[in-house]
Order: sequence, then structure tokens, then C-alpha cells
Amino acid sequence: MGRRSLPLGLVLPAIALLALALGYPLVRQVVLSLQEFGLAQQFGQPPEWIGLGNYRDLLTDRELWVVVLRTVAFCFVNAGLTFGIGLALALLMARMSRPVRMLAQCGLLLAWAMPVVAAMTVWQFLFDTEYGVVNWLLTRAGGDFTGHGWLLDPWSFFLVATIVVVWMSVPFVVFTLYAALTQVPEDVMEAAEIDGAGTWQRFVHVVLPAIRPVLLVVILLQVIWDLRVFTQIYTLQKAGGVSNDTNLLGTYIYTLGIKGGDFGTAAAAAMFMLALTIVLTAPYVRLMIKQED
Amino acid sequence: MARRTPTAVRIGADLIGILVLLGCVFPVYWMVSRSFLPRNEIKGEDPVLFPWSGTLDNYRRILGDDDFADAMVTSLSVTLLTVGVAILFAFLAAVAVSRFRFRGRRTFILTLLLIQMIPAEALFISQYKMLDGMGLLNSVIGLTLVYVAGVLPFTVWTLRGFVDGVPRELEEAAMMDGCSRTQAFFRVTLPLLAPGLVATGVFGFIQAWNEFTLAVVVMTDPAKETLPVWLVAFTDARSRGVDWGAIMASSTLITIPVIVFFLIVQRRMVSGLTAGAVKG
Repeated sequence: MGRRSLPLGLVLPAIALLALALGYPLVRQVVLSLQEFGLAQQFGQPPEWIGLGNYRDLLTDRELWVVVLRTVAFCFVNAGLTFGIGLALALLMARMSRPVRMLAQCGLLLAWAMPVVAAMTVWQFLFDTEYGVVNWLLTRAGGDFTGHGWLLDPWSFFLVATIVVVWMSVPFVVFTLYAALTQVPEDVMEAAEIDGAGTWQRFVHVVLPAIRPVLLVVILLQVIWDLRVFTQIYTLQKAGGVSNDTNLLGTYIYTLGIKGGDFGTAAAAAMFMLALTIVLTAPYVRLMIKQED
Repeated sequence: MARRTPTAVRIGADLIGILVLLGCVFPVYWMVSRSFLPRNEIKGEDPVLFPWSGTLDNYRRILGDDDFADAMVTSLSVTLLTVGVAILFAFLAAVAVSRFRFRGRRTFILTLLLIQMIPAEALFISQYKMLDGMGLLNSVIGLTLVYVAGVLPFTVWTLRGFVDGVPRELEEAAMMDGCSRTQAFFRVTLPLLAPGLVATGVFGFIQAWNEFTLAVVVMTDPAKETLPVWLVAFTDARSRGVDWGAIMASSTLITIPVIVFFLIVQRRMVSGLTAGAVKG
């Protein structure tokens, strides 16, 4: 190998693998989304080109828009809660006494480290109709929650989903923001104090600008992650939710394609999700590109 | 921030800190403690707070379950294979990106960044079709293929930082002493990269071990389920009466390796994900 081809040789395996596992499916998905690909094609009939037919079907389908709205609403509520709670806790963390701070950090670390499916089974158990400790506690507190099914009603289904998602996501936000807060220069804080700035003024004029880049990244990552919740919704649906009224984009595509066999429409829906992700993450990507230069 | 906090504020903050601790630990405690409870106590009228009458029955039942054993084998194979391939490919790419200037380098780096943004849900339909066409559904190789693609961008990105951190001068000094370029790299640079390789390997392990979405799409045959897919199916088996003790025991078993590994890389995950932002 010549000197020039050596680096290309080194990146080749990575590129080849990514091209095979992501690039090819992406191209194929575009093709698939332009074809009629349903049950008949599963049994060997050649797929038929229908142009933008799948997209037309999809975009005129009321269900898709309901799912999209639900997905975006769920995403914003969860990202907002996670971020708000995370920021509040990060600020409080700086004011805790040392031993309590260490303990709180250990707890957060534990919640953060829990595998998603393990966390899901535990929360399902906590909210279980018959043996759940939540029903027991609420009944003890005076309500009548004996045998209450939390997953039957879409609103309470999403309440449970939100509790779980926020519980799992807050630790990352707290750790990241707390780390950023400790980087705020102490002398600037002191100078502001000497100049008569109160706690709130110092927060707005010194702390916020100093941690702004980290705040932006955390918010954007949170939006990306909450846009693609699949496991939590899937498992809660399995545990007794009504699938039709609780689908988010991920589970909707799954139900349409893998379960329903309508790969054409599912591919079009997946392209839609891809577009949504790109729109929502463009600012983050631009930020990263700027840093690369 | 070594500020002098007023006592009242500190007490308030401490109280919230303790609430946070309880809120985080309680579900984990519930999982572990229930896993030691006999069936009749789990299903008792009032929940038992401490598993005084602890038993290992739940663990015995799970460890004797053939389906659990199968899922464990599948999970371990996919995870280890993913980590191995990802580390090797990422290492080579990271060296190229860090040590050489070549055409397409910038494009490559930016493409990695973009790929990381793609949600699995936006591609799994066509990945399923592709693996189906290749006869790789329900196969360790097929799942590994999509897993490696999933962790590779982050792995290259992180390893590149580590390679950047090893001064080129060290290699050059070794070459002055008579090593070839390759020798210098393997004898001097590689050993210094060990912490980076461990950290990225652990990251890949956690990702692959926990992954659910692609696993449930690719491994449709119950005999080929990974542990997460098996666990969800096991929890879902309402018909035979939910065996919460066994479910909590298996959840605990799945969680243990992750917690152990997580503690190793936790610091780096915080700094890694936002490194760019902090520097900027």
C-alpha cells in the first residue's frame, strides 16, 4: 500500500459496514416508499411502482397526523419536564451538603444505569393492577385504587410512560449540567456579587451565558431521544395498553410494517420520521459542524 | 462553585436531595428485594417492605429455564461480536482520521455525526427487508451487522479523541530509535490507547446488551430472542399468571453487568457526549 492509500485502507472497513447496514437500507427505503409493497408482494408478486402514492395515502390519512401530533406533544412534554427537573436538580446539587450530594449522585447514577427493559418491568410492576405498590399506596392514602388499571386509558397510559421516561432521562441532564455549573468561573461570580448582583441576576447574567452551549446540546439531545421512544411504549402496550390510541411514530411504523406487512406505507412513514428528525436536529448538527471547522 | 449557601437553603436542598435519592433508588430496591421474595409474599395483601424471609427460588427457577439460557447465549454472542468488530473497525478509522490528512476526511467525520442522529425507528423497516433478503433474520450475524453500524459512529468519534491525545512526537522518537512506522505505532501508541479502547468497548457492550428495538424487529423467532426481547415476552405471558418474582430476578440478572460496566465509564459518558459543546 502506498502512503496515500493507507488512510483510505484504514477507513474502508468502517465505511463498507456503514454503507451496507445503513446506506443501502436508506436507498432501499426510498425505493420501497415509492412502491406498492403489501401482502401480495410478501408472497412473491413483483412490487408495483406507484410514485408518491404511499405518501399521498399517508399524508391524507387522519391517523398519521394524530400519531405525529401525539409524538411531538409527548416529545416536548417529556423533554421539557426532563430538562426542567434536571436543571433544577443540578442547581440544587451545588447547594446540598457534601454527603447528601454524594448520595443523590449515587441514586441518579443507579437510575441512569438501569437497562431500559429492566426499568420497564419494574415500573410495570409498581403500577400493576393487582400487586402494584402504587395502587396500594394510593388506596392507603384514601383513594380507591384497588384493581385500578393504569394502562387502559390513553391519558393515564401516557402519564405512566412520562414518569418512566423522565425517571430514566433526568440523571444524564443533572450530571451534564452540574458538570457545566462547576466550570462557571468563581471570580466572575464574586465580581458580580461585589457589584451588587443578587442570586437571580447572577444566574441570568453570569451562569446562564456560561453554560449556554451545554444547555443547547442537552435540550437537543433530549428532543432527539424523546422523539424516538419505542421500547417504553411498546412494552407498556404489551402490558395491557390499547395500542391504537397509544401509538407514537416508532410503534406506528412497527405496527404498519413488521406486524401489518404493508412495507410500502411503513417505509413512507419512516421517511417522514427521518425528515422530522432532520428538521428538529439541524441546529445541533450545524453547531457541531462549526466546531469541526 | 464554592459559594456560601445560607443554612435554610442548604437544608431545603438537602431534603430534595434525599427525595431524589429515594425516588431513584426505590424502583431498583423494589426490583432486587422482590427477586428474593417467595411467591405468596409478593402476592400478599400488603407489600412486604423488607425481604426478611428471603429465598433464592426465583433465581433457581430462572437459571433453570432453557429459554432464559438460550437468550443469554444469543445476547452474549451478539454483544461480544458487536464490541469486537466495532472496536477493530473504529480503531482503524480513528487512526486514519487522527494521524492522516486525506481527501474525504472531513466528509467522513461529518457523515458519522449525521448518522448518529438517525433514529433506529426510521430505518428498521428497510433493514428488516434487507436482512430478510440476505437470509439473516433471526441470526446473530444479522443483528450484529445493524448493531455495529449503530455504535460505530460514536466509537470512532471517541477513539479519535484518544488517538489525538497521544503525542505524535512519541512515535517519531521511537522511529528515530530505529522502529518502523508500524512498529512505533504498535509499541508506543497502542498501549497508551488502552483506556480509550476499554471505555469505548464498555460503551458498545452496554448499548448492545440493552438494545431492544432492533432486536425485536430482527429476532422474530422466539428461539432466537436476546435477553431484553425475552424479558418483555416473559413479562407479557399473562396467560400463565405473571410470575413477578421470576421477572424481577431476571431483570436483576440483566442489570448487574450493566451497572458494573456503567460505573467504569460514567465519567467519560458525561464528558464525551458534550465535549464539543464545552470546548466551544
